Amino acid sequence: MKNYQIKHSDLDGWLEKIIAAGRRVIAPVTEEGHTDFRPIHSPAEVAADDQVQTIQSAKQAAFPKAETLFSYRKEGTAVSLDQPAPESYLQTVVWRARPCDAAGFTPLSAIFNWDYKDNLYNARLARTTLVAFSCQQADAYCFCTSVGGGPGEKKGCDILVTKLPSGKALVEVCTEKGEALAALAPGLFSEANAVADDSPLFAEKQSALAQLPARFSKEDIRRHLAEAFDSPVWREQSERCLGCGACAFVCPTCACFDIQEDPHGSHGRRIRCWDSCAFALFTQHTSGHNPRPSQATRWRQRILHKFSYMPERLDATGCTGCGRCSRACPVDMNLLEHLTSIAQK
Amino acid sequence: MDRLIDNPYLPYVMTVERITQEAPGVKTLRLRFKNPEEAENFQFRAGQFAEYSAFGEGECTFCIASPPTRKGYVECTFRQAGRVTSGLSRLEEGQEMGFRGPFGNTFPIEEWKGKNLLFVAGGIALPPMRCVIWNVLDRRKEFGNVTIIYGAKSVADLVYKDELKEWDERPDVQLYTTVDPGGETPDWKGKVGFTPAVLEQVAPSAENTVAIVCGPPVMIKFSFPVLEKLGFRDDAIFTTLENRMKCGIGKCGRCNVGKLYVCKDGPVFTKAQLNGLPPEY
Ligand code: SF4
Ligand code: SF4
Ligand code: FES
Repeated sequence: MKNYQIKHSDLDGWLEKIIAAGRRVIAPVTEEGHTDFRPIHSPAEVAADDQVQTIQSAKQAAFPKAETLFSYRKEGTAVSLDQPAPESYLQTVVWRARPCDAAGFTPLSAIFNWDYKDNLYNARLARTTLVAFSCQQADAYCFCTSVGGGPGEKKGCDILVTKLPSGKALVEVCTEKGEALAALAPGLFSEANAVADDSPLFAEKQSALAQLPARFSKEDIRRHLAEAFDSPVWREQSERCLGCGACAFVCPTCACFDIQEDPHGSHGRRIRCWDSCAFALFTQHTSGHNPRPSQATRWRQRILHKFSYMPERLDATGCTGCGRCSRACPVDMNLLEHLTSIAQK
Repeated sequence: MDRLIDNPYLPYVMTVERITQEAPGVKTLRLRFKNPEEAENFQFRAGQFAEYSAFGEGECTFCIASPPTRKGYVECTFRQAGRVTSGLSRLEEGQEMGFRGPFGNTFPIEEWKGKNLLFVAGGIALPPMRCVIWNVLDRRKEFGNVTIIYGAKSVADLVYKDELKEWDERPDVQLYTTVDPGGETPDWKGKVGFTPAVLEQVAPSAENTVAIVCGPPVMIKFSFPVLEKLGFRDDAIFTTLENRMKCGIGKCGRCNVGKLYVCKDGPVFTKAQLNGLPPEY
């Protein structure tokens, strides 16, 4: 795949061409002080602060908050079913995602394909192009470098843009989907703007990235978790957790969902919607028995699933270190601190 | 309908062919595939489960209670307890409903050839076992002694009453039915007592025998030590876990016990396997 250099000021022009080509574009938009992914129709709508982390992750492009699994229609005793055509999923561009957003699609894809194939997710992902921007700032909640990522990491990106101090932007095209997006602006992504593999721009990129030394390694965490099931740490850490589920909803790798009915008389849909292991009802049996009866057991599930079960079963870690869960938590459950303390036990 | 994408959440449409009221609040539905081609291609093995749905109400997880040796239909037995099971209970013969499956692992029946089989079931947990029992009885010569100990709260709560009678009359099946103290009727000929106590009383030999135990958690909890005392090894004791499930295919994230997914790695586990798992069931 090719790499290019364009001017910072050309980025909006490229985005305009993408919008004009009929792609649905979602990008960070600031409303009343909160920045989140929203559909946009012009580059002017995109949040001015180009380092700000959105509240929610980009997973919604391939795994929406609620989606139709199929619809049904009852006539007399008979039922007919209809399911969404993949063509009805819009070609979507996620503009200015972060590398930790892009990294989240690796564990998500692992969950949705480790055994049975979830072709609803797959069809949406195939129609999603991720344009990530390298991070030049990290905040106190970020820890991508501790879980195998980084502020300039390309994994999972279709395109990675790094704004360089010189006023240039290094555009790394990583996939065919990325190429198709570059092809929408042939004037910008021309031979003349191509960047050779040994270009000094890559060194410039490195120096432009946020500095974020790793605090632990995911292997350390996993090793500690192997013996931690009965540890008092779960109760200690979860004492203040409200079980609100916000952490799961904002997470780029959380894939737990519920299946629900949306009936309208004789017809309706079956939908799936985000769910969270933090909810008491998540595992409760009809009899009232609950295998995870306390917030401590639910917090343990969250951590073990992401850092122990997923690595073992899916060869993927369920965390990209984006820090969203900690930013969203109403009682400041700080995942970085909790993991650091587990790694130091 | 054309399957535009292979959608694992899209159920088969089934016609309710026969409804049997088994006990108060407990029904068995016999379902036929609306599309004969789907019926032709459908295969499952004993122990597997499925998602059954009443459109407009939602989906519910039960084992497939009919044996794979009986082709063309599937059966489920359930107790009316919530929105979906109430919806399923309201269905009438001839109406259509949804069925998604089969999912999960199976009882390793092929490995049991030549062995004696001891079935211990409590209450509404006879269905997962019934599938195995009929599967075994349909191939009777391949197995040793078949002993069934089945307990329910009261005489009225016993399910599959006709089949119990049939098994009772067969010379090649040892059936013991029991009801909890106080649940008997004046003409009750079976035993009175909790299932684990009856198991202890019957004291089947562990020699070359596999035990299959399904029932409410307390019944399982108290039956395991009895089996142990009788000399059953942990890898000769099989049970099923009934964690809450939604997707059935290892995605929705709610059925796991430690690193194992009940919907994928289960629902059938040996006691030896359970010993190595955290108590999340
Ligand atoms: S667990 Fe928290 S830090 Fe890790 S990916 Fe999810 S939201 Fe980000
Ligand atoms: S966001 Fe915070 S309070 Fe809410 S469930 Fe997650 S950890 Fe608990
Ligand atoms: S039932 Fe959904 S993961 Fe097991």
